[in-house]
Parts: sequence; structure tokens; C-alpha cells
Amino acid sequence: MNAIPDGRAREAAVLAQGVSRWFTDTRRQRHQDGSDAPAGPRRVVALDRVSLEVQPGELFGLLGPNGAGKSTLIKILSTLLLPSEGTVRVAGYDVVRQAHQVRRRINMVSGGETVGYGILTVRETLWMFSQFYGLANGPALKMIDEYLETFGLADNAHTRVNKLSTGMRQKMNFIRGLLNDPDVLFLDEPTLGLDVQTARIIRDFIRDWMRRRPGRTVLLTTHYMAEAEELCDRIAIIDRGRILACDTPDGLKRRVQSHSVFRIEAARLDAPPEADGRWPGIERISWEPHPATGRTRITVIAADDAAVTPLLADLRERGADIIHLSKVEPTLEDVFLQVVGRGLGEHSGA
Amino acid sequence: MAVRMRLRAFRLAAWLGWQMESNWTDPWLFAVYSIIKPVSSALILVVMYYVVTGGQTQGDLFAGLYVGNAFFMYVGQLMFGMSWVVMEDREFFRTFKYMYLAAPSIYWYLTGRAVAKFLVTSLAVAVVLGFGTAFLDLPLALGAVRWGYLAAVLALGILACVAFGLLMAGIMVISARHGQGYAESFAGVLYLLCGVVFPLDVLPAPLQPVGRAIPFTYWIEGVRRALMGRGMSPSLAGVDDGAILAILLLSSLATLAVAVLFYAWMERIARDRGLIDQVTEH
Repeated sequence: MNAIPDGRAREAAVLAQGVSRWFTDTRRQRHQDGSDAPAGPRRVVALDRVSLEVQPGELFGLLGPNGAGKSTLIKILSTLLLPSEGTVRVAGYDVVRQAHQVRRRINMVSGGETVGYGILTVRETLWMFSQFYGLANGPALKMIDEYLETFGLADNAHTRVNKLSTGMRQKMNFIRGLLNDPDVLFLDEPTLGLDVQTARIIRDFIRDWMRRRPGRTVLLTTHYMAEAEELCDRIAIIDRGRILACDTPDGLKRRVQSHSVFRIEAARLDAPPEADGRWPGIERISWEPHPATGRTRITVIAADDAAVTPLLADLRERGADIIHLSKVEPTLEDVFLQVVGRGLGEHSGA
Repeated sequence: MAVRMRLRAFRLAAWLGWQMESNWTDPWLFAVYSIIKPVSSALILVVMYYVVTGGQTQGDLFAGLYVGNAFFMYVGQLMFGMSWVVMEDREFFRTFKYMYLAAPSIYWYLTGRAVAKFLVTSLAVAVVLGFGTAFLDLPLALGAVRWGYLAAVLALGILACVAFGLLMAGIMVISARHGQGYAESFAGVLYLLCGVVFPLDVLPAPLQPVGRAIPFTYWIEGVRRALMGRGMSPSLAGVDDGAILAILLLSSLATLAVAVLFYAWMERIARDRGLIDQVTEH
């Protein structure tokens, strides 16, 4: 899948062409016979010929499960990691040969990290980074205070970082990522591990920041469907190192609009049956068991409405109770299922 | 502009280092690490010398040993300090990748972080020398010290410390958490090879050229000459003060050049292997 649109009018904010990244795993591997002898180096492919173009002013999302290659791609784009092959330009500069110029124009925030020098206060930390970015002292402090207010950290401005909660630290790190007013901002799972309210503040801010700063670009990775759908102008679905689809949220949804999407809730379904083309007309199916309720949520993408009938019969034969059945408008979740072949939280599927 | 930004990075890093180094919320702990530890280390050496020589703490050999040992603290502290920055920023504070992206020059950042170590070590060196003069008959007289020569030698020695610190930091960039032991081990090797506590001539013949190639050999010799008016190594006795300074300058600059290239090489390897933001938990 190539995510580069035709007819480029201006220099892309991010341009990746045929980017692959593999790692060599030299750890001892356990053989099938149980021995632990060296099995020789093994090449693990994290990115497989990824091509991508993001225009200035675009809020671009990379949506994929854990281990899909999202963070690897962001690390390459932000000059922290070299690609194994392919070329990448960010803000007009090559990330390998002109890394220094790239770094002056970007910033990056990773979610789910406990970042910061515990001994410094929040304001000191942000001031220090603002100075590293080359900002003048007065305007930097003014901006920091405004951001602290926006993110509800004003009362903690003089609190040492080691006294902050994880969410507060993440907000502080998010502010750090904004201080140099980057041309391209990379957000790697920015709301990972945050409570609903904090995640909401950050999402609202991202949208507002993009509106107030035309021409700024955000590349966001997430495995939250709603976040991607809510924020992104375009979304690339990435799995096992490959971009499988790239379009606007509506464009992606149109891919499954010609299909029938059903949600089924079943009880007493001990184990999902093997799909393997067992039900003609059903293209994709995902099973999400909820151990707490003992129920299983089943999402079905079928060629037509009638195709779901044999499935329902099969489930009843297995002793399952169908609690709920509804035909729904496709969501990004369904697009993901259609494109990837399994739900975001699943390891395998139909 | 670029120079100004680098100097700013240096200044900020020095400020950050000082904030962390001077965390005197527990003055007792600070005193233990900054003063009592180096004085105790010096005293261990003194007691060993005392036992071996049958109770003497006088003479050129003791003075040379004591001064060499005191100033070598800079080597251990700065080398360890600079390399430790990589480890603690990356593994504990998780800030290394952000510094890597933010700092106009990672070299100036690492060097700046060593400033606080330099200040604290300077205090420790002064305390150790003062202790030796007051209680161990160390023949130091402020009036007899050649301050200009001392300043020049000290500055070049610190430059060499920074160079070796960068070398160690380069190794640390590609090392897991346990890599912190490398700097300490390497400092131990330098301690043996550079005539710190015994003359260079005592080393086995094959190792003497190695010692002569390391700037710290000339640094310690120069410091002894500046403070006590004479060196300790017979093999360097024929080298005049100017030549000691010149060799120290050249060897320090050469080491610094090698260190910068080495760090860049290690950084490239780290970027290739994805180690810039690694967190090792084994």
C-alpha cells in the first residue's frame, strides 16, 4: 500500500519512500526439541517498504495494534533511528544526512513514559527545554505559564517533577513538545495510560493548536480508534510493518459501506469456532470475549444481510444464546477488521 | 549563532548538573560523597604507604603519591560523571532522547553536565590537599606554588578528562545499564598507567610507552611540578616544564579529537540499532 497521493504541489512535511527497518535478533532461541542452542541471527522486520506523504497542515494518524511498527516509524522520522532502507525527508530535510536540520524543526512526545528530572520543578523543566530550543527567556516563560494554565498545571508550576502523578508528568512532557513551535510534531500514543479527562484535554488541545497554527503538521500514532477518528484528517492503518490502507476517516469507512456490518452479543459461547470460510458471504469476523460478563462481542462484515443467518444458526447449535443482534453503520473499527483481518485487540481472526 | 547556541547548551547543562549535584536536602549525604569519601580514599593510601615504609609520611615519594592521588580524583569523577549522564538521562529520567533532539550539541551538553562534578571535585581535592598539609607533613606552601603553571596544567588536564569522558559516554550510548562499570574500570587502568601513585619507571617496560601516550601522565607530572617544584618520574626529569605543557596540550587535543569522532561513531551505531532511547531492565 502506497500512502502517497498524486499531484504534489508543495514540499511534503513528511515524505517516506520505501522505508524498511529490520532488527537482527541474536538472542539464543529455544528449538522445537526444547534445546536452547544458538539458532543463528534472526531478522525481525519492523517496517516493510513503507511509503507515506503528509502535507503541511495535516493531522495524520497511524493506527495499528501494539507492535505494528508505529513507534519504529516515528523514531525514524524524528531521527532517533536509522532506516534499514528507503529515504525519509521531514520538513524538507533528509533524516539520515541532515538530522540536525530536521531536529531544529520538529518535536516529539511519547506517551506512557515517566519522564523528567525529579529534582526540578515543572516550570524549571519547561524553562530549561525552552532555552535548549533557543527561545528568549521572557517570551518563553510567558508561553510556559500560558500552557500550564491551559493544561491545568498552573497550581503545580513550582512542584518538583518527582511529586507529580503520571498524568501530570505526561502533560508536562506534552507542553515540552510544543515549546519550540515545531513545524512537525510527532505524537507517539500521546494519551496512552491517561485518564479520560486528561486525554480529552490533550485531544482538544491538539485540534485547537492545529487550527491556530496553519501549516503545522502533526503525525500521531494511536491504537485508540476513537482518537484517530476524532482527530485525524487522514489515517494510515498499519499492521506488521506494512501500511494496509490510507485515507480520510470517511474514505476508509466507505470501503465497508457496500457491506453489511453486524454486532452480535452472545452468551455461553465457550470458544469461538474456527471461521475458515465456514460461513459463505462472511468476509471478516472478530470475537471479543468479556470474561467479566461471560459474554462475547462478535463483529461481522458480510457481503449481504442474509450471510449472517448460517452463523447465527451455528452459534445456537453450539449452545450460545444470542443476546443482541444489530446491523450498524461501519466505524473505523470495522474498517480495521476489514483491512487487517482481525480486530485491534485480537491476535488472529477470520 | 551556532557557537552561541552551543555555549547556551553548555551553560544550561551546567545548571542542570548543579541542580542535581547540589541536591543538599541531606547535607550529611552530600558531605559523605563529596568530602569524606575522597578523604577516606586518600587515607587508605596513606595507611598502606605508612605500613609499607614502616611509618614514614615524609619525602618526595609520599608527596608525589599524595598529590597525584588527589588530582586523579578529577579523572574518575569527570569521566564517570560524563558517561553517567547518558545512563541516567536515558534509563532513569527518560530524557536522553529529548535532550538528543533539543540540545544544539550533545558534546557541549555532556561537557556542561560535568561542570558540577568539576566544582565538587575541586572542593574535595582542596580538602584532601589541606588535610595532607595540616596532618601529614605534605610539603605544600601557597607562596611557593607556581599558580600560572598550575592553572595552565589544570585547564589542559580537565580538557583531557573531558575527552576521556566523551570516550566513555560514547561507550555508554551503546551499552546497557551495567555499562556504568566501564568508566570505573577504565579509570582504574589509567590510575595504574599514568604514574599517579608511583613513578612511570616502575611500570613493566612494555607498559611504559602506553603510559607516555596518555595525557594524564604529563598532567599529574605538571601538577606536581607546579605545587611542589619537582616531579616524581625519573624518566620525565629530563623533560622541561614547557615541554610537559606542550606534550599535555597536544595529547589532550589529540584525545579530544579522537573522542569526538568516537562518540559520533557510537552515536551512529546507537541510531542504527535503536539504542538512543533504550531502557535496559536486566
